[in-house]
Amino acid sequence: MTAASSIEKAPPPLPTSLPAPGLRLSTLRITALAGDFVKRFGLAATGLILPLLLLALWQHAASQHWIAEQLLPPPALVWQSLVELWGSGDLRSHIAVSLSRIGWSFLIGGSVGLALGFAMGLSRQLKAYLFPTFEVVAQFPVVGWIPLLIIFFGIGEALKISAISIAIVVPIVINTYKGIANIPNALLDVARVYRFDLPQVIARVVVPAALPSLFNGLRQGVMQAWLSLVFVELLAASEGIGYLMVWGRQLLQLDLVVVGMIAVGAIGVLLDVSLRLVEARLQRWRKVAF
Amino acid sequence: MTASTINTNLASVNESNRKSPLRYLHPATIPKPLRGWVIPALLLILWWATYRFGWTQSQLFVPISKVWETAVRLSSTGELWQSLAASLARDLVGFVIGSLIGLLVGGALGLSRLLEDLIGPTFHTLKQISLFAWIPLISLWFGLGDAAKVAFLALAAFFPVVLNSFEGIRSVPREYIEVARVFAYSRTQLLTRVVLPAALPSIFTGVYLALIYAWLATLGAEYLLTSGLGIGNLLTDGREHFWMDYVILGVIVVGIVGFLLNWIASRVEARLLRWRGRSVAQF
Repeated sequence: MTAASSIEKAPPPLPTSLPAPGLRLSTLRITALAGDFVKRFGLAATGLILPLLLLALWQHAASQHWIAEQLLPPPALVWQSLVELWGSGDLRSHIAVSLSRIGWSFLIGGSVGLALGFAMGLSRQLKAYLFPTFEVVAQFPVVGWIPLLIIFFGIGEALKISAISIAIVVPIVINTYKGIANIPNALLDVARVYRFDLPQVIARVVVPAALPSLFNGLRQGVMQAWLSLVFVELLAASEGIGYLMVWGRQLLQLDLVVVGMIAVGAIGVLLDVSLRLVEARLQRWRKVAF
Repeated sequence: MTASTINTNLASVNESNRKSPLRYLHPATIPKPLRGWVIPALLLILWWATYRFGWTQSQLFVPISKVWETAVRLSSTGELWQSLAASLARDLVGFVIGSLIGLLVGGALGLSRLLEDLIGPTFHTLKQISLFAWIPLISLWFGLGDAAKVAFLALAAFFPVVLNSFEGIRSVPREYIEVARVFAYSRTQLLTRVVLPAALPSIFTGVYLALIYAWLATLGAEYLLTSGLGIGNLLTDGREHFWMDYVILGVIVVGIVGFLLNWIASRVEARLLRWRGRSVAQF
């Protein structure tokens, strides 16, 4: 197959003139570097063409008053609100509220999820009792739980924490359970040869072997949590990023809504990246081991 | 490698250590096939007993029989079916629009490096915005009616389809394309006979995810854009009036629909990918 493809490709053209011997190395290197730079920069630049075009169109539309300012605020206004909100500390306090909700839910949902996942992964008995119920409950979207939660917890902080915790539990349980269930038999055989007791098996075999899957679950959980947080805050909140957007929507200040969207996107990325970093840090021993 | 083999392994690891807490988890009294039913049965009995023996006067607890009566009443007046039909119709329209646009965009991004460089970064940036964060914007632009909901649903279906069809096309093995070249396939032939079949499993994963996301988004949109008919509005009504039977019924219906959508999608996927059979596994 490689032969076939190389037949189709024309051989590279021979250089018609070689540079002077003394200059050859440096010019070659410089052109190579420059080519590399242009290539990389060019790639980034093509990625910027569309956003810049959209931005220009947006600015033009706003300045020509094609669309009412309430429906499409000019980009400059969005930027200005972003700077103002950040400077006055409003945006930061909203973000802090949202993040603390995520943090609490992560603690609660994460520990429940890990406990359930470990229990079902380690014990066939517990799995037989718990898994069918869990499987059915996991089918319900988080959004479906919310009316029930509102009736029980009101629309206060308890609602947000419980809804987000539920969102976190499901992916964590599934991934923890799968991670443990997929541990190679050979590893457990070795543990048996060494006559490990249960805590040793868990600490030295099960946890390290299930760690990648476990982290996968944590990351999915945090992403689900972020999705549900925005939803709950849009539905019922008096502070937080979602509230900022509802407020902007009610005042017909679309610049606030767009600022909220930017913040939601940015924090989503930050959460994902920081979890990836923690994961990479915790998995460093893997590279050492092999 | 299944959980059961590990458990037997763990059990044998434990044999030397009789103090393990796991030895308490041997209620061999209940036959295996019934074990999954223990917790639901206990919960149902608890629910029934709470009402039967008057443990609570709280409005928040309604007897099972009342939920059943409400279900019968709402389905005989047609209210339940109308709401369900409205939600499902919306779900379907949004899902189809979003998936079709998603397939086009994902295919274009996958087939052309230039388009990927042009559109890719913008797409990946927009993708980062959590789905529900679009609602305030959409509600300002499209109002609170069906147009806004369908637009939001289409958006919810759009992202997973684009991502997975792009990935699917990009991960078609180079060898396949080379074989196609040897056979001197035309561009259309290359697409329909090589790229599409090879990318189909991944594309289907995207469509499958889109179906699940669209149902989630249907409910979310009905809570947040409160106008019109729908299962979400039934739930909102029940919540506002503290009609617990409405809410429980709604939650159950939502769960059943989600389950059915999942099931249908997995059946369709199995049917469409039947040709893969076992031969692929031999590679």
